[in-house]
Amino acid sequence: MAAPVIQIENLNLHYGAFHALKNVNLAIGAREITALIGPSGCGKSTLLRCLNRMNDLVPGCRIEGAVRFEEKDLYARGVDVCGLRKRIGMVFQRPNPFPLSVFENVAFGLRVSGLTDRASVNAVVERSLRGAWLWDYVKDKLGAPALELPLDQQQRLCVARVLAVEPEVILMDEPCSALDPISTAKIEELMLELRAAYTIVIVTHNMQQASRISDRSAFMLMGEMIEAGGTLGLFTKPTDKRTEDYITGRFG
Amino acid sequence: MSIHMQREIESLKRRILALSAEVESDLRAAVQAVEDRNPKLAQEVINGETRTNSMEVDVEEECLKILALYQPVAADLRYIIAVLKINQDLERIGDLAVHIAERSLTLCEQPRLDIPFRIGLMADKTRKQLKKVLDAFVNQREDEARAVCVGDGEIDDLNHEIVAQVKAAILERPALIDTFLYIMSIARHLERIGDHTTNIAEDLIYLIEGRIVRHTAEVSDKIRKADGVRP
Repeated sequence: MAAPVIQIENLNLHYGAFHALKNVNLAIGAREITALIGPSGCGKSTLLRCLNRMNDLVPGCRIEGAVRFEEKDLYARGVDVCGLRKRIGMVFQRPNPFPLSVFENVAFGLRVSGLTDRASVNAVVERSLRGAWLWDYVKDKLGAPALELPLDQQQRLCVARVLAVEPEVILMDEPCSALDPISTAKIEELMLELRAAYTIVIVTHNMQQASRISDRSAFMLMGEMIEAGGTLGLFTKPTDKRTEDYITGRFG
Repeated sequence: MSIHMQREIESLKRRILALSAEVESDLRAAVQAVEDRNPKLAQEVINGETRTNSMEVDVEEECLKILALYQPVAADLRYIIAVLKINQDLERIGDLAVHIAERSLTLCEQPRLDIPFRIGLMADKTRKQLKKVLDAFVNQREDEARAVCVGDGEIDDLNHEIVAQVKAAILERPALIDTFLYIMSIARHLERIGDHTTNIAEDLIYLIEGRIVRHTAEVSDKIRKADGVRP
């Protein structure tokens, strides 16, 4: 695998009395797509959300262990969580653009971080929309409400919104589950394109999607990391019987 | 969806086993026809060719259907790929059994020979190798498959022996050249059947272990070492 950019070490997470992640270890390679797979409730979304501290605000959530991003523990004292989320951005399951114009959606993060120079904002918005393969579709309607775009364009707008703040890692939580197959294919192509410059971690329920786009796959079950490795190996000759049962649909 | 795919795979399993049984019985009959000089039996093998051919096409169509509709992975994927390839080898073995039967028809018209060609022994070994690999396929035994890879050496040795004998015999009794050439051609067909049997064994190892061992010395060397067999 590529040199790891994120190292998850002995990570345990409790939601109150519920032990959601059990001693999870995983390395995320730089500029690779890592897919987290497993049945509902196995902890893959929880794990993804640990990577930019989205679980911090969940009441009763307790985390032990370390998530090292470029060697530094994300959970160490004094970490700037807002700054962290700029470097490790997230795209959610359902496209969730702000109820603003297309332009303002992408410019939002820039304004929050204090960029006001109009020319610079324009340039970053255009670059981000191009990066998300959306520019040609929206360049003539940048002032239109984002919520009027088709769903796949809304999702790509969410990607553009993440790209605008120049992240290093993009987390995607089932980014295609609300999309039809054509839109899904567009988002997948986009991910493969983005891989050249960004590290991507994706949670997906779709086995074929994981096998199509990811370089490495990690299979989780009931809060445990069962098996992680190269996607080709995992989908042709998994080493753990539980992985085999899950990916071949014999599970449960 | 998975239950549907498992059903399809079960049905595919029945088809490939039926084809195996058919090909094995064709080879047995073809060899028998040579040994007993039995033209009736030879003709039966020749007539059966269309049946094995259509069985082979059915198996391939089933494999393509499962690949297209269910996108199998892991053990299921390896099973479909192995069956696709084993299917082809079985069909080729069936063809070669037919060729042997055709040769035996011609041999029946020739005078009986007193030269002790060990064609019967070679045929017997080839048949046993095929049976062994098909049993290994049914029981998923990679150790047996490896033994089959090694066993092919004996068939090759017998082929060389028969070719040398045929050369000498032609020089000695040139009038019988046709008969000798038929015998050599049967030996050649048996040797090819041995090779297809080895291919099946290698596909079986892939199916079970997920590793391609074709064109590697690894399979045979290991067993030779273990058994103290000469390289």
